[in-house]
Amino acid sequence: MPVEKFEKLVSSCVPLAIDNVDTDQITPARFLKATTREGFGAKLFCDWRYDPAGKPRPEFVLNDPTYKGAILVAGKNFGSGSSREHAAWALVDYGFKVVVSSFFADIFKSNALNNGLLPVQVSEEFVSQLFETIEKNPEAKVKVDLENQTITNLETGSSEEFEIGAYKKNCMLNGYDDIDYLLSKSKEIEQFEKEKV
Amino acid sequence: MAGKTIIDKIWDKHIVESIDDSTGVFYIDRHFIHEVTSPQAFAGIKKRGIKVARPEKTVATADHNIPTQNQHLTIHDELSRLQVNTLSRNCEENGIELYGLNHPYNGIVHVIGPELGITQPGMTIVCGDSHTSTHGAFGTVAFGIGTSEVEMVLASQCLILSRPKKMRINIDGTLGKGVNSKDIVLYVISQISAGGATGYFVEFAGSAIRSLSMEARMTICNMSIEMGARGGLIAPDETTFNYIKGREMAPKGEEWEKKLTYWRSLPSDPDAVFDRELHFKAEDIEPMITYGTNPGMGVGITGKIPALDELNPSDHKSFLKSMEYMGYQPGEPLLGKKVDYIFVGSCTNGRIEDLRAFSAFIKGKKKADNITAWIVPGSKQVEAQAKKEGLIKILEDAGFEMRQPGCSACLAMNEDKIPTGKYAVSTSNRNFEGRQGPGARTMLASPITAAAIAITGEITDPRIFLEEPELVS
Repeated sequence: MPVEKFEKLVSSCVPLAIDNVDTDQITPARFLKATTREGFGAKLFCDWRYDPAGKPRPEFVLNDPTYKGAILVAGKNFGSGSSREHAAWALVDYGFKVVVSSFFADIFKSNALNNGLLPVQVSEEFVSQLFETIEKNPEAKVKVDLENQTITNLETGSSEEFEIGAYKKNCMLNGYDDIDYLLSKSKEIEQFEKEKV
Repeated sequence: MAGKTIIDKIWDKHIVESIDDSTGVFYIDRHFIHEVTSPQAFAGIKKRGIKVARPEKTVATADHNIPTQNQHLTIHDELSRLQVNTLSRNCEENGIELYGLNHPYNGIVHVIGPELGITQPGMTIVCGDSHTSTHGAFGTVAFGIGTSEVEMVLASQCLILSRPKKMRINIDGTLGKGVNSKDIVLYVISQISAGGATGYFVEFAGSAIRSLSMEARMTICNMSIEMGARGGLIAPDETTFNYIKGREMAPKGEEWEKKLTYWRSLPSDPDAVFDRELHFKAEDIEPMITYGTNPGMGVGITGKIPALDELNPSDHKSFLKSMEYMGYQPGEPLLGKKVDYIFVGSCTNGRIEDLRAFSAFIKGKKKADNITAWIVPGSKQVEAQAKKEGLIKILEDAGFEMRQPGCSACLAMNEDKIPTGKYAVSTSNRNFEGRQGPGARTMLASPITAAAIAITGEITDPRIFLEEPELVS
């Protein structure tokens, strides 16, 4: 499935200053009983967002109208735990295009990239300054430039580079998908099997 | 030139083509699928108008959402039933071997692969489940993948991957009484944190690891994901070969000899260089238990929850959130705390050795009245073996009941949910908020520690029982 192209994004941010946000929090297991990829945004952070009766918890950031935007800024080790891609689907379906953290769990990172959600890994200092900026001005904007691999806090002007593999960067910039690439290599794969498997 | 690590040896052998310096097309030897993370992948290839490229290299089981009681009846939950039926249909349409519900080989995906001899050294193995790292115990490069990647493997038998960094974790020495592989891995995670190995593939080495059985090694590799590692593995040795030999899908005859030669070439060269190397002493490890909401929040069972002044101030907010969820105070000791539920099972500790250890411990004793216990075998074969060895009788005599195989309360996708606010000591792998049911409070521990707690009804050091020789079976 081709993913949406990503070049640049300027947006305000939603702050989630919690470390080790695992994929069980992003999409609790009881919502994994699906056979399609749609509709997971409504369940995003379900148990933090709603009380057991289904009433929004006003203290949770997604229920606070002060904070809006396509960039989620989170504490360290975001997306740890289960490999469920439903977590990435939920974030994308909700409307996030970028997640910023000082580090991401590996499987989550792959899942995000495979769904056009850009994980931007920056220093802990950059993240904590960003939290401060958002606290002072919830409408503060951040610019993410994939081509140049930079993220800029437009309120303070501070900027940092982030890493992304050349292959995945190209996929994101052009909306390419791994399966198309792999299918184009079917002869090479057959040859490999003949020689080495 | 420095020697090669086992990780690089396997990795290099599976590169079909390099795309750039770090990325390449990577061949997958074995692919396991289950009902929860595969339907969207099958729908994806169907939409593209293609079939599964190498159906003989994929094996399917139903495990995540299935009930652990009355498995002979139709699955009551409509959505679970739809997922299980969808898996059956997808396997049938694509010619994939399915060990579905009630099949004698059915069970948790990471239990059945090894027990059937499908998992073999040197292989690359993936599954849409993060605990695929379990298979690393056999000296494989095995790791969890997302559903888009499941679709890639179905479509091409390959993935596009970047080479991970390599870490070696050495555990040397002799384990103390009542301390086992679950304690080793919980200890390592408590030392390096739940993200301590993120970005790495880990080789577990050292004399304490070498002395472990295959099943104990699987427990360690299983939880390598809980330290953030993409995967974890242990070099194959005689213990590995003896375990595999004679299993249903293990190589036989001449093929066995050929494979054995290859397998013996896999261990890391003596001069291999790792990006990071850590050393721990087996003697420093106590029976472990977790007190918080990630697997890194663990402590020796006689220890205390850290006080706030022992922590980095930047960690306080997340720590206090976790304490509030668990209903615990920083600085408190854990011994004597009330427990409501015991769960023995999962791909971490649901194998026959785990059931043997639990049963041996509780033999002749009685379950505490305040404890509800769910003992769930990892597979039909484990269940059959437990029956054969009389373990079920021992369990029943002590007031326990054994259920039917499945992932069960490890992730509570089926009916096996720990109620809100209740404390569960679980032999599974994750103590995340709501993991075992909304509001459930999970403490991870070994089967022996779970057994001691099942008897007393409160957090208990299992070693106090082991000091009374007449109680040891």
